[in-house]
Amino acid sequence: MKAIYYLWLRQIKRFFRSKSRIVGSVGQPLLFLLALGYGLGSIYKRAGDGNYLNFLVPGIMAQTVLFAAMFYGAMIIFDRQFGFLKETMVAPTSRLKIMIGGALGGATTATMQGLLVLAISYVLGFRAAHPWMIPIALFIMFGLAIAIASFSSGIGSFVQDMQGFQAINQFLVFPLYFLSGALYPLTNVPTWLRYVAEVNPISYTVDAMRWSLIGVSKFGIAKDLIALAITIVICIIFGLNRFNHIEA
Amino acid sequence: MVEVKDLVKSFGHFNAVDNISFKVAPGERFALLGPNGAGKSTTIKMLTTLLKPTSGNLYLNSHDVIKDKALARKSFGIVFQDPSVDTEMTAYENMQLHAILYNVPSKELNTRIKDLLELVELWDRKDSLVRNFSGGMKRRLEIARGLVHHPKILFLDEPTVGLDAQTRNLLWDYVNKLSAEKNMTIFFTTHYLEEAETNADRIAIIDHGQLLTIGTPSKLIKDSKSKSLEEAYLKLTGKAVRDEQANPHDAWRERQRARSMR
Ligand SMILES: Nc1ncnc2c1ncn2[C@@H]1O[C@H](COP(=O)(O)OP(=O)(O)OP(=O)(O)O)[C@@H](O)[C@H]1O
Ligand SMILES: [Mg+2]
Repeated sequence: MKAIYYLWLRQIKRFFRSKSRIVGSVGQPLLFLLALGYGLGSIYKRAGDGNYLNFLVPGIMAQTVLFAAMFYGAMIIFDRQFGFLKETMVAPTSRLKIMIGGALGGATTATMQGLLVLAISYVLGFRAAHPWMIPIALFIMFGLAIAIASFSSGIGSFVQDMQGFQAINQFLVFPLYFLSGALYPLTNVPTWLRYVAEVNPISYTVDAMRWSLIGVSKFGIAKDLIALAITIVICIIFGLNRFNHIEA
Repeated sequence: MVEVKDLVKSFGHFNAVDNISFKVAPGERFALLGPNGAGKSTTIKMLTTLLKPTSGNLYLNSHDVIKDKALARKSFGIVFQDPSVDTEMTAYENMQLHAILYNVPSKELNTRIKDLLELVELWDRKDSLVRNFSGGMKRRLEIARGLVHHPKILFLDEPTVGLDAQTRNLLWDYVNKLSAEKNMTIFFTTHYLEEAETNADRIAIIDHGQLLTIGTPSKLIKDSKSKSLEEAYLKLTGKAVRDEQANPHDAWRERQRARSMR
């Protein structure tokens, strides 16, 4: 338990010590909120769908958590390059604990960044439909963060350098995100796009976020949560499996 | 106890470790010597579960290193040749995390960390980020960290590189004390031959992944009819400077030469 706690704490400390990471973590979501929220808002309203900023915020929060949790995998690559990874790999602490500690830390910082984006959204005029449901959104974000942090530890375990890691981000994570319905409603899209969205795990998290923050859901919260649970299990199994096979 | 049996590690067609066997007794201080690229670090990496051998068997404290990684890891501590501290944490945090990962009892944790950081004269810098340390200070921290827990077997891969003479002496005094008082097995590599001569009970010399000789320092000197360990070492390994893996023919020639010296 202690080992998990201290490995978790290491991620938290490193996050708060890196000012550039904190600023960077909200920079991109803020850009999306301003450019898309204000830029597309009027078109969206004219199409009769209501307030675009409200629609967008849960998606951007999911985006923030997604990419922040992916960054945990990059931390493993940095640890390998700076040599610290060896230190944990030969320690008589099980790989399971080492992965859980680090991934929990990565997930915690990712969730905090998601919350920060929620706070900024409030400044921009966003309002949750039921403020008492914000803790539920928090819970969903943390679930996504756990899944993605585990997934990215798996990626960080076998990708040797940042270039390879960025390629995974570009060709897997970005498409998953853009095709998830985070930025546009999935009601009036071409059929193929809807099918893609329906097998995309990110769609369900975005939908659950929307359900908890603005009271709108496409798939239904039960289906969302089941999909999220399955995603978490698969990602943890993948992450652990890869992490167990690291050669430093 | 350390046991290495028919150990081979190949990277592609190149054998970095080429069929090595030897044993180290409990409490023994054992030095593995050899030129750059001889395969010392590769051997240590395999013994410490970081690399999987191509073939052969390894035992630490009678645990099979390949099959029982978890048990093997409970038996040793290591100071790596390459940097391995987290530069974005403080010296104290690095020590603390290590102590936790190695199950140092919480009662002793603070005193041990304090004693060791004082030993390497870093106690007054304990709350500085390691990023701001000089190369030698980082090395001192790694040494201190490697000594926080008291394993049955301690691996030191070129521990004294970049250290000043004072710290080198402190290190060896401390290591020799651990070995004597706790019957700790010490397995180290170094390029300072006098260090091996004074601090090792037995020495193995390897080159091109092969074991050239093994024995007490005085036996090695006597067998090669030399006056010093350095002379014996140079006789066995040749005078050529190693351009690692540069030319397989050179490597082959070196090997033949080394054979004829034995
Ligand atoms: N991951 C790897 N891939 C390919 N070759 C490698 C790898 N690791 C080590 N080698 C090669 O194996 C040989 C032995 O390397 P090793 O690090 O064990 O040498 P060493 O005896 O520790 O040398 P030094 O005294 O310089 O530390 C070298 O020729 C090196 O280039
Ligand atoms: Mg080496």
